[in-house]
Amino acid sequence: MSKRSVADLKIGERATIMAFNDQLMSLKLLEMGCLPGAEICLHCKAPLGDPICLNVSGYCLSMRRSEAATILVE
Amino acid sequence: MGNPNAGKSSLFNQLTGLRQKTGNFPGVTVDKKSGMWPLDATTTVTVVDFPGVYSIYPKSLDEQIVTDILANPAHPDYPDVAVVVVDASNLHRNLLLFTQIADLGVPTVLALNMLDVARDQGKEVNGARLAMRLGVPVIRINARTGEGIEQVRKAVQGQLANPTLPAKLFFDPADEAPGLVADTKAQYGLDNNYLALQYVIQHDGFSFLNRDQQLGLDTLIKTHQFSETAFQANETITRYKRIAALMGEAITQKTANDQPTWSQKLDRILLHPVWGYAIFGFILLLIFQAIFAWATPLQDAIDEGVAWLNGTLKQNLPAGPLTDLLTDGILAGIGGILVFVPQIAFLFLLVSLLEESGYMSRVMVIMDRIMRKFGLNGRSVVPLISGVACAVPAIMATRSIGTRRDRLITILVTPLMSCSARLPIYTILIALVVPNTRVLGLFNMQGLALMALYLLGLVSALLAAYVLKLILKTKERSFFIMELPTFKLPRWNHVGLSVWESVRAFVWEAGRVILAISIVLWVSASYGPGDSMQQAEDRVRQQGAALTAGTPVMRQSDRDQLENRVAAARREASYAGRFGHFIEPVIKPLGYDWKIGIALLASFAAREVFVGTMATIYSIGDGADEEGVTIRERLRAERNPDTGGPMYTPAVAWSLLIFYVFAMMCMSTLAATQRETKSWKWPAVQLVYMMLLAYGAAFVTYRVLS
Repeated sequence: MSKRSVADLKIGERATIMAFNDQLMSLKLLEMGCLPGAEICLHCKAPLGDPICLNVSGYCLSMRRSEAATILVE
Repeated sequence: MGNPNAGKSSLFNQLTGLRQKTGNFPGVTVDKKSGMWPLDATTTVTVVDFPGVYSIYPKSLDEQIVTDILANPAHPDYPDVAVVVVDASNLHRNLLLFTQIADLGVPTVLALNMLDVARDQGKEVNGARLAMRLGVPVIRINARTGEGIEQVRKAVQGQLANPTLPAKLFFDPADEAPGLVADTKAQYGLDNNYLALQYVIQHDGFSFLNRDQQLGLDTLIKTHQFSETAFQANETITRYKRIAALMGEAITQKTANDQPTWSQKLDRILLHPVWGYAIFGFILLLIFQAIFAWATPLQDAIDEGVAWLNGTLKQNLPAGPLTDLLTDGILAGIGGILVFVPQIAFLFLLVSLLEESGYMSRVMVIMDRIMRKFGLNGRSVVPLISGVACAVPAIMATRSIGTRRDRLITILVTPLMSCSARLPIYTILIALVVPNTRVLGLFNMQGLALMALYLLGLVSALLAAYVLKLILKTKERSFFIMELPTFKLPRWNHVGLSVWESVRAFVWEAGRVILAISIVLWVSASYGPGDSMQQAEDRVRQQGAALTAGTPVMRQSDRDQLENRVAAARREASYAGRFGHFIEPVIKPLGYDWKIGIALLASFAAREVFVGTMATIYSIGDGADEEGVTIRERLRAERNPDTGGPMYTPAVAWSLLIFYVFAMMCMSTLAATQRETKSWKWPAVQLVYMMLLAYGAAFVTYRVLS
């Protein structure tokens, strides 16, 4: 399984969500539409590179890098 | 009900118009907006605007209330019909909450909002197909224009007259955990499978369950070896899978939607490392400008209005203690509250404009990294900015911070931000000791001093947060997962309501305390033990008589002066004066005398009382033409009895200034902290740490400068 996470994406890069490595965090992320199999795209970063803004499930979601690191992508 | 930004409040305003009021949900301090909606000629229903949530599993205090009510049919606010407003341009995520509410057994009406946005994205939503598959009435509305309200009315009437629920649950927990669901239903007398699941997963948060009931659920979980997290994750995934299948049937996507929208292009600028902060800095400057410059004429007008009313009442009412209480006590107190209203209104006008447009979320994003270093959260920005006007609404604004510790730290440090009540104190004392000159031909020294005090407040708030972060250890993780709403034009009625609410909260919450204190202050300054005040007066009059013995006719100015001295002597002999003398040893190291002591004591409940008290103590008569100038001159002329030099040396004035930057001199803030943390411990902590800080800093300032 690839170890790349959403935190490793570059601006404009797309990826497909594979799994989560943090169960409690995954509950929040799932509810916000970060579903396994969904496409996610890093659309911009805050200054200092953290938090980041993602396009997922047709809207824009922001989260910290540490939170993004729990979303594993392909 | 619905997701944040789905248009709930717009629909609520359309339905209820001006027939709405704000209160609290029973037992908690979450704002509850409710209003009357005439359904037909004979029925009027109460509409409640619930806080926006993404799912039935709460992530912050605001969100908890939704679950608390929906899981408890005995709750007074339990809905007969739930109108769930969904954003049709983001149907996928919005339907998650809808299916959960419907599964709880509440008769629902689904209101499809923002169809125009969906259409712009090339999406057509088939409402009839959705209604068929979900088994509930589906209405197409435009909450901004009021389109579809009549259909909402008909659907609600239908659901009230003849409640229909979907034939089967969208997600039935009994499919996955039949034993646990059956046992819970039997043991707690429930008949809804999904409600039983909520009992199991969320019982710790349900205040309507008693301790034994909660422990019973713990036992059930153990016997069935049930994993809440895994089950909840599975529930969310299953629901989304079914929603995706449903959407495949009900939505036709005409064009691919891959280009970044203009909202996203704007984000690239607003979150830019340079432009992002520059724009935010500019907006902050604008806010300060509004609070300090634009609000001033209005404040002056209020001041003059109250003074005029005071004068008129004094002239027209019979003289006596009652009239004095009404004018110098109550009316002066009310004036002291009203004078801050323009500043608060301006601040919340701008803050709510920023929130409505969607910009505030961007500010939270660019500030999160910095705030996190200090144990705060990107969401702490709004309370900290609001703290510049008044800490009471600012503390109430912390409810959106989901992490308990981040929220607590924000509450504890927000009062260090220099609120508008400190401004009059700053202004008077700065004018006293800082020369009104320009440096570098650009900046006014007094202005710079004022700015330095505000910065000192901000920096100390951040440092205090940092220290609290080290002290308050928690296992709970801080998180910052937040939707960035698309930019929208602000809805003016929402902005208006929000400003009205903040002003109302301030006048009502803070006002009651300030008013009470003004009355107590007036009484304690007007009366003394026994006839000590009369004795003091007689003494001064005798001295006065001895001085003017040779003059046949006393001049008016002399008479005024004598009257002032009489008032001052009476004041010293009053209860308040005695208190001042009593605490003098404690405040002596800071360079203060008993007169400042009275003002400190009086302003303990509310800082804004300080200036008024100083004016009273130094007995600025009613005849003074312009109070600001007179009190400043009076303070400048005040002599220190020990040294013979001016009482208000730079050391004393700066010591007082620094004291007021840190001191927790506001009952209403402590009350707000108590209400928001539901404990007496945190207001006590807040009071003690801020007071120690104030005393220490003022002591150091006085020693260094003198």
